[in-house]
Amino acid sequence: MTDLTELGVAAIRDGVAKGDFTAVEVADAFNANVAAAQDALNAFIVATPEAAVEAARATDAKRAAGETLGKMAGVPIGMKDLFATKGVQTTAASHILEGFKPEYESTVSQKLWDAGAGMLGKLNLDQFAMGSSNETSYFGNVISPWRRPGSNAPLAPGGSSGGSSAAIAARLCPAATGTDTGGSIRQPAAFTGITGIKPTYGRCSRWGVVAFASSLDQAGAMAHDVTDCSIMLEAMTGFDPKDSTSLDMPVPEWTANLSADLKGKKVGIPREYRVDGMPAEIEAIWQQGIAWLKDAGAEVVDVTLPHTQYALPAYYIIAPAEASSNLARYDGVRYGLRDLPDGANLQDMYAATRAAGFGAEVKRRILIGTYVLSAGFYDAYYTQAQKVRTLISHDFMGAFSEVDVLLTPTAPSAAFALGENADDPLAMYLNDVFTVPASLAGLPAMSVPAGLDAQGLPLGLQLIGKPFDEQGVLNAGLAIEQRAGFAAKPEKWW
Amino acid sequence: MTESTYRIQGATGDWEVVIGLEVHAQVTSNSKLFSGSATAFGAEPNSQVSLVDAAMPGMLPVPNQECIRQAVRTGMAINAQINKWSRFDRKNYFYADLPQGYQISQLYHPLVGEGSIEIVLDEKDPENSTKTIGVERIHVEQDAGKLMHDQHPTMSYVDLNRSGVALMEIVSRPDMRSPAEAGAYLTKLRTILRYVGSCDGNMDQGSMRADVNVSVRKPGEPFGTRTETKNVNSVRFVMQAIEHEANRQVDVLESGGTIVQETRLFDPNSGTTRSMRSKEDAHDYRYFPDPDLLPLELDDAFLEDCRGSLPELPDAKRHRYESDLDLSAYNAGVLTADVETARWFELLLAETAKAAGKQPAEVAKQASNWLISELFGALNKLGTSLEESPVTPEKGAELLALVAKGTISGSAAKQVLELMLETGDDAGAIVEREGLKQESDTGAIEAEVDKVLAANADKVEQYKAGKEALFGFFVGQTMKAMKGKGNPKVVNEILKAKLG
Repeated sequence: MTDLTELGVAAIRDGVAKGDFTAVEVADAFNANVAAAQDALNAFIVATPEAAVEAARATDAKRAAGETLGKMAGVPIGMKDLFATKGVQTTAASHILEGFKPEYESTVSQKLWDAGAGMLGKLNLDQFAMGSSNETSYFGNVISPWRRPGSNAPLAPGGSSGGSSAAIAARLCPAATGTDTGGSIRQPAAFTGITGIKPTYGRCSRWGVVAFASSLDQAGAMAHDVTDCSIMLEAMTGFDPKDSTSLDMPVPEWTANLSADLKGKKVGIPREYRVDGMPAEIEAIWQQGIAWLKDAGAEVVDVTLPHTQYALPAYYIIAPAEASSNLARYDGVRYGLRDLPDGANLQDMYAATRAAGFGAEVKRRILIGTYVLSAGFYDAYYTQAQKVRTLISHDFMGAFSEVDVLLTPTAPSAAFALGENADDPLAMYLNDVFTVPASLAGLPAMSVPAGLDAQGLPLGLQLIGKPFDEQGVLNAGLAIEQRAGFAAKPEKWW
Repeated sequence: MTESTYRIQGATGDWEVVIGLEVHAQVTSNSKLFSGSATAFGAEPNSQVSLVDAAMPGMLPVPNQECIRQAVRTGMAINAQINKWSRFDRKNYFYADLPQGYQISQLYHPLVGEGSIEIVLDEKDPENSTKTIGVERIHVEQDAGKLMHDQHPTMSYVDLNRSGVALMEIVSRPDMRSPAEAGAYLTKLRTILRYVGSCDGNMDQGSMRADVNVSVRKPGEPFGTRTETKNVNSVRFVMQAIEHEANRQVDVLESGGTIVQETRLFDPNSGTTRSMRSKEDAHDYRYFPDPDLLPLELDDAFLEDCRGSLPELPDAKRHRYESDLDLSAYNAGVLTADVETARWFELLLAETAKAAGKQPAEVAKQASNWLISELFGALNKLGTSLEESPVTPEKGAELLALVAKGTISGSAAKQVLELMLETGDDAGAIVEREGLKQESDTGAIEAEVDKVLAANADKVEQYKAGKEALFGFFVGQTMKAMKGKGNPKVVNEILKAKLG
């Protein structure tokens, strides 16, 4: 019998539906992998094997009763610990929310459960989704299952959805939710050789997702391949009246319309993404991607996105500004950590609680955000950054008047070793240079694994689409996937 | 337009007071501005709190259209510009009664722009004592919760029932020049809100409260530095706070000091204000557009619906009472000062006209005089209000009809009203029971008059000789003989005829 944990979403769902194996067998197999890898990889903050089995039993019972099965029936998944899960600790990888068990279920997770998925556990992440390496988690960093040959140095799984990416790459789950604010799905997907898509802003409800930067946060799907991402995305998305920024549009049938035939499609190559000091291997994989898309029938043209260089600075004003306000609710008054020193007044309690409850990177961003919104600085920073954001959107709209989809590298490098960038926040922030512009413009974007670098580490290519055109992104991604034939997986050492 | 002559006499001469009010009015709606929680006053602490109101992680605001509608209607009622595009901003600060750590408000793009309110400074002479007070803007925002400091020896408790309740902040121009003008403005604003139905105006329940901005200057000079006295919750307190604060500022300035721009608190027990925090300690609220909310865009159909649902407003009603019903300016003013009074009066008018078989305009004076001088007076004595009056407009109309038909006398009507208020019974039943019906039958009265004249032939002679003062004696004797139930008008007429 096949190792069930090698299977992806479609294979598991179809196998369960056909009766090749039961959903409970699948859940048991993944539960075992989760437990066995926890000490080494630290991908989960909380494992919920009972929840996975319970959902699997429900699917098996439905199948036995001849009922219609959902899109994700029998598929156990990992849930990034940014999604509120009823009765299950939800921390955003922070100390301030340690022990917090919501009385409610996020819209996205509920949709997935409704589609028949089960929960293997809550996945580790950068604290409040702030980070690119998973090193800011209060619960210890996730270790990538990938290693450089001949080296035991632990590598970063990317961030902030690093628990998700590591768990999928290590076959602890076939798919996982991620959230993407400036690249937090795409960069970890690239680092671990998996596929991850962030849909158009507004496709996934933000209701019940711990907020980082409201105007940028968008949930998405992470899995082994394009088809699996497409299936999961259909289950996650849809209008939610509880989120004012939710898109009131029907969910397209992306999976049924998947096609790697790009004849008549135009792919844009933004020249501003060719940054100084970009490793030759990144350039090479980009060229390879261009060749694959041409092979799929697409016409490839150069486009210009002139304000690209201002995207990162604008992002690091807007995202912290929103975060500084969004995180004000963690004050020790109603839930979560309360640090009340002897004789403390209200202000003392705030200070002690937030000093103890937030990690260094979160504090750094709250400080930056508070500063840029302050009287006298607001116009110079926040207003200016919003103008840049508008220009970036215009850049994309200009390019999309000529082309259907853009192809870029996902990250400027392969996975780095843990600690390598830890002392230099700016170097860390540069990791998001290719992913941030699409976030600022709210565009659908995906990373697909394209190959390995000289050290045997995965490299990803990014596809950026027009607003609402997830289909175009998925189809171009599928064309690359079929030609790249990426089959590498980390050698099991844990 | 009248110029205020209100001045504070200082040692260095007269000072003029400049006043602006920011009124927070709780929007009448069943649920909060951004959540579905109930808004009833006086509920168990924390019984009306949703996940959104408690700012649980991942919770998002969704605007309540009814609150927006009420604010738009209010703006229309003061002839203000309605902004079809507005936006919500976050006002960031930490306090235990503010779960989100920010209040959702509107700083940069309010829902309602410039409008105005006309106030009357002398109810006896409304035509010559009006003044127009500018309203700069109305925006909608969330209320905060409430801290309770008396529940525990060392801790404070938080009640979030009010957290997220919709408020309208109605910001006036600094157009008022005396405590009386500020009082009249606040009263008129309350009247309008109650007519529109957008706020119940219950100041003692905190549904309406005012931040009072006061500065002083020598007449003709530029504005002085202002102070802001927060959360004053009655018309009388607002007037007291202004008076105290203006005098305090004059004292400071005349003793060589300067006014510090600061936030102050009003102490209702002493009628004074005291410093709460100065500008240096003022919060930097770090306002920015709320990224959880889209801009608010209103379409024409919505605006039309808002406009179409507006009732007749107090100024229009007052003018109609004067022109169509021929009421005095004073009566028209009193009857339109509160929506409930006007509603009561109009029912009374309709019922009275029906009972008397006349047009409303023909009985309007009688009805308005009775309501203002009789019923208000009686209710006042009982310490109750029109809303709680046991006498309904229908019952009042019955009483008025009895007077109009001459069934009872005016003085008997007073007695009947007292009994109606006491027992809740109908006027007709009381008149029957108490035997208050007056005799208007000319035959019966004539017989009594004849008897009186026959028994007092000497006095008839004296009267005819010129002692006309005796007329009253004959009236008295006739009434006495009829046990006070003779219709005095008929008695008078018959006596006059008989005595020639």
